[in-house]
Amino acid sequence: MDRDDLLSLYRQMLLIRRFEEKSAEMYALAKIAGFLHLYIGEEAVAVGAIAATRPDDYVISAYRDHGHCLARGSDPGKVMAELFGKATGLCKGKGGSMHLIDLEHHFMGGYAIVGGHLPLATGLAFAAQYQRRTDVVLCFFGEGAVPSGQAHEAFNLAALWKLPVVFICENNRYGMGTPVQRAIALYGDVAETARSYGIDAQRVDGMDVLAVRTVSQRVVDQVRAGKGPYFIEAVTYRFMGHSMADPAHGHYRTKEEVDEERKRDPLVLLRNTMLEQHLATDGDFKVMEREIGGIVADAVAFAEASAFPDPKELFTDVYAGD
Amino acid sequence: MVISYREALNQAMREEMRRDDTVFLIGEEVGYYQGAFKVSKGFVEEFGPQRVLDTPITEAGFTGLAVGAAMAGLHPIVELMTFNFGMLAMDQIVNNAAKIRYMSGGQLCAPMVIRGPGSAAHQLAAQHSQSLEAWFSHVPGLKVIAPATPHDAKGLLKSAVRDGNPVIFIEAQLLYATKGEVEEGEYTVPIGVADLKRRGRDVTIVAYSKMLLVAMEAAEALAQQGIESELIDPRTLKPLDLDCIVSSV
Repeated sequence: MDRDDLLSLYRQMLLIRRFEEKSAEMYALAKIAGFLHLYIGEEAVAVGAIAATRPDDYVISAYRDHGHCLARGSDPGKVMAELFGKATGLCKGKGGSMHLIDLEHHFMGGYAIVGGHLPLATGLAFAAQYQRRTDVVLCFFGEGAVPSGQAHEAFNLAALWKLPVVFICENNRYGMGTPVQRAIALYGDVAETARSYGIDAQRVDGMDVLAVRTVSQRVVDQVRAGKGPYFIEAVTYRFMGHSMADPAHGHYRTKEEVDEERKRDPLVLLRNTMLEQHLATDGDFKVMEREIGGIVADAVAFAEASAFPDPKELFTDVYAGD
Repeated sequence: MVISYREALNQAMREEMRRDDTVFLIGEEVGYYQGAFKVSKGFVEEFGPQRVLDTPITEAGFTGLAVGAAMAGLHPIVELMTFNFGMLAMDQIVNNAAKIRYMSGGQLCAPMVIRGPGSAAHQLAAQHSQSLEAWFSHVPGLKVIAPATPHDAKGLLKSAVRDGNPVIFIEAQLLYATKGEVEEGEYTVPIGVADLKRRGRDVTIVAYSKMLLVAMEAAEALAQQGIESELIDPRTLKPLDLDCIVSSV
């Protein structure tokens, strides 16, 4: 990876960070309603892994999906408009925060029933295998999905049929407010669940985008070569609450814990690496901040200026031909 | 020609799989076992195990896989050994298959058929004797079909495969061996159109699936008492041919 690659990774993480900070503001102003689950702190996982994909690969995620969608290249204005519920959003305002979908960028969603999209990922991978294509599927989910029955059924079928799918577990240590130690029998090594189905697995530091990028490239290449599914456990941390309704700390984790984890902010880690290795200067980062700030402001302006869907839209896109 | 309901389903799927490479059959025992009710007899021999997929006993897993495959452009036929087991796949059917078109704003869809036997049969007891069509009919995004005759079973299953939506296709275990006339050659039956089985001015009877056969006997019995009933088989429960029913009533 050269300087441009590193700057690109940083830029994508910064876009997600600033985009979501602005989303939180818009939520506080009641411009965004419903649920809003922020990815802040976990950006290195989506950015590092998706950097290893080709445009024809499929990416699928759970409900904390803004980061994956933006990392896949979706237009920030359309994403913000979707959060606002506007007709110009990615899904005409019918998806919302939890169901961002962008077929053009092969971002297949955005699913809000925990564990329910893992079987979909095996199906996307099955289609590639069935049609003898070489694309692979990246399936992101929180560790909270790992003990679910649908996840196990997906692991088994993926391994049984050697499907080209990379399962990427974003282990942020809490399923909403329940720590992993109280939710998963094999909490000390979540990837062991996948290994028990014969799926190769590896743990990676999910705060280190370069580590995620390196591991993901090796894994994607291996899966693309037809070696069957793979499971990556990215150890990460959610800096914000589970959703906007949940404070960053309180009932289930302490301020001290959050402060400690924030020292390993993925943006700070990469920035320090680049400064130490003289791959970038403070000035470079300032320029990038301005550029990203402009993109996010434009996204908000686009969402604000857009119209809400016509009420008739409630009855379209329900059936083919609507 | 006169064939069984089972054979009609077999012919429908066979013709559709010959017509379109993206159509495949997936479910428990559909391949080498030839189908728990022998509906897919001869399929794995003709189409191979890549298109006739025996699965583990994991309804959520393989139905979800089929939904994902449909989103990527394939046309799966999911066989549920019975619809009682389909409840394990309800999340995939309701939250993913039925809603993906709407929540993606029309970008994605799940063109697929989910079929198998429903309703009661011979002393199968509480967990294997359920009529779940009302559940499915209340889910926007799904179509629901429950044919009574070999002719309708064949024509409607072919329409279901080509429909472009997720279609719940409920057969009846007690109908598999029943026989009836089907047209020679290629034909389809349109989804959402009822069949007026008998004309009469005194009362309207609406019956579908296995109950149509019972209702036909009832209509005969009524006729012997001088009561002329009009008998309608809606064939499709969602969308329901209300015009036909209302105009009769």
